[in-house]
Amino acid sequence: MTTMDTTKTTTATTTPDPATTAPVPPAGGGRPRRVRGRGERGPLASAALHAGLLLAAVAAVFPPFWLLVTSFKPKTETFTTSLVQNFTLENYTHVLGDTYFLTWFWNSVVVVAATTLLGVFISATTGYAVSRFRFPGMRPLMWTLLITQMFPMAILIVPLYNLMAQLGLLNQPVGLIITYLTIAVPFCAWMMKGFFDTIPVSIDESGRVDGLNPFGTFWRLILPLAKPGLAVTGFYSFVTAWAEVAYASAFMTGEENLTLAGGLQTFVNQYVGDWGSMTAAAVIIAVPAAIVFGIAQRHLVAGLTSGAVKS
Amino acid sequence: MAVETGQSVAPAAGGDARGRGRGTGEKSSKVPGPLRRAMATHWYAWAMVAPVVIVIGVIIGYPLFRGVWLSLTDADEANVARTIGVNEIEATYEFIGLENYRAILTDNVFWDRLGWTVLWTVGCVSVTFLLGLVLATMLNRKLRGRAVYRIAIILPWGIPAFVSVFAWQMLFNEKNGILNRILEGGGIEGVPWLGDPTWAKISVIAVNVWLGVPFMLVALLGALQSIPSELLEAAEVDGANAWQRFRNVTLPGIRSVSSTVVLLSTIWTFNMFPVIYLLTRGGPGDSTEILVTYAYRLSFLNSPRDFATSAAWGVLILLLLMLFAVFYRRSLRKQGEVW
Repeated sequence: MTTMDTTKTTTATTTPDPATTAPVPPAGGGRPRRVRGRGERGPLASAALHAGLLLAAVAAVFPPFWLLVTSFKPKTETFTTSLVQNFTLENYTHVLGDTYFLTWFWNSVVVVAATTLLGVFISATTGYAVSRFRFPGMRPLMWTLLITQMFPMAILIVPLYNLMAQLGLLNQPVGLIITYLTIAVPFCAWMMKGFFDTIPVSIDESGRVDGLNPFGTFWRLILPLAKPGLAVTGFYSFVTAWAEVAYASAFMTGEENLTLAGGLQTFVNQYVGDWGSMTAAAVIIAVPAAIVFGIAQRHLVAGLTSGAVKS
Repeated sequence: MAVETGQSVAPAAGGDARGRGRGTGEKSSKVPGPLRRAMATHWYAWAMVAPVVIVIGVIIGYPLFRGVWLSLTDADEANVARTIGVNEIEATYEFIGLENYRAILTDNVFWDRLGWTVLWTVGCVSVTFLLGLVLATMLNRKLRGRAVYRIAIILPWGIPAFVSVFAWQMLFNEKNGILNRILEGGGIEGVPWLGDPTWAKISVIAVNVWLGVPFMLVALLGALQSIPSELLEAAEVDGANAWQRFRNVTLPGIRSVSSTVVLLSTIWTFNMFPVIYLLTRGGPGDSTEILVTYAYRLSFLNSPRDFATSAAWGVLILLLLMLFAVFYRRSLRKQGEVW
């Protein structure tokens, strides 16, 4: 009861609990029997809180951190447990200079940029339509969006592969872009619907009174108000497209057509022991995603709680 | 929330009741021609949803029907239409009815995979949710360095899953990985993280939890912050201790958000392809293969590629997911979302 450990676990699930700390008053602890208020806690509880959070933070940060550290080590020392001793950029120069990495990167950028732009736009119009209008076909549409969100790619991938082959879209970025749109848009449209629901209808009405048609209202009045929502949908589309593996490795073949997700795969097979190059590649891939995340993360809370996670 | 599309025609109920009749415009007994009227009233809305309908129709509708059709045939690599050099070979697979389904459902493989998939989903979601809730509660207090903790803990979300999985693969490396090095440093024998069926299962769940906690944390933190502090103050004044406040004020306050995130994360975990495919490739053996990865293996990794069976697996997975959809919709309903 009195050890650090038990205090920590109880703190974790509840909040600093007076019942456990009070009976054995630690130095400077509150009087026994008093219910401690929300803003206050004993020093022990404070320490436990910090310890718990620190542990979680370390667990969260360590794998990517270690990846970063390893990428600066020479190949012979990849698996040493120490931090960087002989700093080198050799992994990076090798990846950038001697492999298809830059081509893959470019392919990914094209696919991702197109997916994000189109995805945000399409899901915004759809979200607006289902948020504001009642129209025939709305219910089936909502159902479709809902079910597509949970569609396993397993059932689609073979027929889609055949379809792409017939249309000549295998190994074409366009094929991947369209496919990714179908993954990203249903979720994003739901999220945007949630956002538009929070914008008062009276704004639409005033726009209409001033002579704007529905598209004008949407484009000039509502869209600017939904910027946080757009940020979240943009982020979601970006991540979906940047990190998708299954379709990318099935539809794109030939080294020069791969995107990063598929490319990194060939890397493993090709350079079995070459973890050094892989870590460098992984770091370069992670950086743009982390930057976009950093920009969007401020809106994420608002976006997810008012959108998909409707409270 | 919704307003009428056009100028006061077609009451909302009428629009709703129309259900499937998209574009058929069966607005009976109105004078200027039902289709024209429907078009005049609703064309804005239809124009706005058209891109989505078209893309989904082509990319999901068509493959879906084809997938269902394939699952009723004996298609595999050897008998589908293909082009070898300049020769075009016609498809020769045949309709065999429900034979694939019979074969799958009477075979243990499916049930084994289903069992593990359920375990995997329940394990991942419950651990992720609990951790997310604990961390959100901790972060929802006045605390020095709160912003730093928060950023650090949601960092895994910002990194593409396949990159994180590589990082973990490196940590898990049996001979040289840092986890085993540390264990050995402490005098404990290294663990075959990805080499032993049981450990591999634990490892994939751990990695998925690691990936999933940030989402939970962010959603739950938002929910916690939306609880009016007057409620908590009132409870405090009434003499409720911390646990009672948590149990009777906080938990009910985050219930609706919790149920939604749990459902979403159940669906995502159920379909989680990259973690398992990249971390273990379903191995060792097929011990960590969930339904989705197994269906992928059937059509893309196994030789000969068995398209029909894979499609049948897909249909079965889809049926399971439909159940989730029904639950999800019900939970939305409870929150007052009607459509």
